[in-house]
Amino acid sequence: MLAYDPALYSRILTGVTLGFHIIFATIGVGIPVMIAIAEFLGIKRKDPYYTLLARRWTRGFVITVAVGVVTGTSIGLQLNLLWPSFMQIAGQAIALPLFMETFAFFFEAIFLGIYLYTWDRFKNPWIHFSLSIPVVIGSTASAFFITIVNAFMNAPQGFKILGNTITEIDPLVAMFNPATPTKTAHVIASAYMTSAFVLAAIAAAALLAGKRHIYYHKALKLTMICGLVFSLSTAVIGDLSGKYLAKYQPEKLAAAEWHFETTDNAPLIFGGILDENNEIRYGLKLPYALSILATGSPNGVVKGLNEVPPDLRPPLIVHYFFDIMVAIGSLTILLAVVYLLLNRKSRRAPGRELPRWLLRCIVWSGPLSIIAIECGWLYAELGRQPWILRGYMRTVQGATTSAHVDWMLILFSLLYMVLGFSVVKILRGMFRSNTPEQEIEQRGIEGGRIG
Amino acid sequence: MTIEMIGITVLWIFLYGYLIVASIDFGAGFFSYYSLVTGKKHIIHGVIERYLSPVWEVTNVFLIFFMVGMVGFFPDTAYYLGTTLLVPGSIAIVLLAIRGSYYAFSTYGAKDNRFYMLLYGGSGLLIPAALSIVLTISEGGYIRERDGHVELLYGELFTSPYAWSVVILALVSILFISAAFLTYYANKAQDYPAMAVLREFAIGWSMPTILSSLLVFFAIQRHNPWHFNQMLGLSWMFVLSLLCFLAATYLIWRRKKLGLAFLLVMLQFGFAFFGYGASHLPYILYPYVSIHESITSPAMGIALIVAFIAGLMLLIPSLYLLMKLFLFDANYVQGKHSKH
Repeated sequence: MLAYDPALYSRILTGVTLGFHIIFATIGVGIPVMIAIAEFLGIKRKDPYYTLLARRWTRGFVITVAVGVVTGTSIGLQLNLLWPSFMQIAGQAIALPLFMETFAFFFEAIFLGIYLYTWDRFKNPWIHFSLSIPVVIGSTASAFFITIVNAFMNAPQGFKILGNTITEIDPLVAMFNPATPTKTAHVIASAYMTSAFVLAAIAAAALLAGKRHIYYHKALKLTMICGLVFSLSTAVIGDLSGKYLAKYQPEKLAAAEWHFETTDNAPLIFGGILDENNEIRYGLKLPYALSILATGSPNGVVKGLNEVPPDLRPPLIVHYFFDIMVAIGSLTILLAVVYLLLNRKSRRAPGRELPRWLLRCIVWSGPLSIIAIECGWLYAELGRQPWILRGYMRTVQGATTSAHVDWMLILFSLLYMVLGFSVVKILRGMFRSNTPEQEIEQRGIEGGRIG
Repeated sequence: MTIEMIGITVLWIFLYGYLIVASIDFGAGFFSYYSLVTGKKHIIHGVIERYLSPVWEVTNVFLIFFMVGMVGFFPDTAYYLGTTLLVPGSIAIVLLAIRGSYYAFSTYGAKDNRFYMLLYGGSGLLIPAALSIVLTISEGGYIRERDGHVELLYGELFTSPYAWSVVILALVSILFISAAFLTYYANKAQDYPAMAVLREFAIGWSMPTILSSLLVFFAIQRHNPWHFNQMLGLSWMFVLSLLCFLAATYLIWRRKKLGLAFLLVMLQFGFAFFGYGASHLPYILYPYVSIHESITSPAMGIALIVAFIAGLMLLIPSLYLLMKLFLFDANYVQGKHSKH
């Protein structure tokens, strides 16, 4: 074991909790949107397959929501337990968005309960559909507000600090800091995108297993179109985030790109390794690309890491997280385009067979999107080290001094392993014991009107 | 009223809300499991599940709300309580996580899984004990501040009669509150066999509730005489609490006006809880943190209160809709609606 250092263990424990939570939080934000779209199409086109899709997604969603709620509670409480000095200062500056996040979550929780238990309660199907809107608003708004809290940690403003006391807080200035627009938009778009690809992966896996029902084709087409729209928006917002970083947090962008000297015409480096002299080897160089990403012009000047004092530089490993995130994001866009082209072609031919390699790629796109989320988050969080409040408080100053953080790390790791295992087991059991084909027959959809 | 008084009042109301809904929730989970073990599951399980399913998520939010508000209004509590509560707080989180997720797993996923029911029924009983440590610590005497380090004195805590009396009260109260509510709910569902079983639970837990309340009084007198004297100043609230308890138990005993009986139980705990809270003022954590060490920026205080009012305007109609659809809808309560 390493020497006991509460700050280090607090960082690891916070990382483990958030890393586990964001899987469920991300799909918790995106899946309600997909459910609402499917239910809307089902009613609009009088196509019961879309309605069934919405119902089945909802059932699985409840299980993931449960884990999202409990791990969200964990991180909420852990912030106070592990970072008491930080919360003493930042707690009041960010109290407003934290508060509003809770309200949004409350709102979502109420309407999710109602939505779940009123499927067959109203004669007019639009009433039930309308209940999904507050769920979507609530989940997206809570992502928005909680990301504001994180944006504040990256670009703190709207307060004065005197020793341990924080004064003259302007809540709105603190909330709408320079990091807020790109961060919130990127988080929300990537959550929608990930959910679309996760659901597409499920449909593709069924087709790959030899299922032939048109239900799966509809599911796949809907999710892939949404996936394309959301991944394109994620990429566009990602580009804006690069420009934000170049202007306000240049050390984070420079660390991601291993960009040491301040230069114009800066190239973007993909992959590679660093030697002892910080020379890059085996990397793929894209000329001018970093200047374009940072400034929008091929000869824009990009600030290098050498201008940042060594003890304030982020760890250089973030380069890989950045690369993985961008690579996966680009591949999903390509995949969605290829699918739409081939799907159009196969529709003209009888049998509607999609190539197996394509289905396999789509199955991979689900977990890969989640990996991209994790990498993007690791990049964003490690990239602002050594700060917990950039420019104000270092991470080690915010940590607890309490003993036993190491034991708590073991306790929570065990908890997340058990929860993760159970979720997989439960979801498999639920959907295997009640297949769409069985449900289509029970509900008498087959032979009914199909749009 | 000053901002800090508004803040603490609002937070205390939320904590009271959590106390009631979480008690119903935790107790129901335990009764559900208990009935499974004793072979009475078919009698009461349906009623319990119909009540719990739409509201379980909402229960959790009350707690988060309280906590976020606490740090927002009184940031010093984050420092003192955050540092000292690492271990008990983490245990409470783990229990909450197990309970919340296995409730959902067993309700929506693997139905009739005995192990899952044990996990959520059993953890529900341990959570109040873990959470009540916060109330215990707030009385002072269990924290030491030395060289800028704050630490919890585990030895003092585990050998303290006051700490144990609070744990017992928390445990017994949830079973009583829950049984009183479920008796009313089963009666509304016209499910008389379930009502009979739940009524026995309510009667059975009534005496332990009042005895453990008295125990807490005695223990607090010895542990923190200052607070006990403050409580004497508000003794009318505790007397009203006792009267509400007597009236509620009488009604449940006679099987009359069970809705009113539950309301009286809520008032019983309401008077005691607000009496306890009011007499604790101005201290949040005796004697380290008082409500006067609250937010240092009036702009944030006002913004929080505005957000609060706006949030309530959104939440109250939504909660009303939830109750109308599931608590006060005769067809739903009697199980006449299909689900999913």
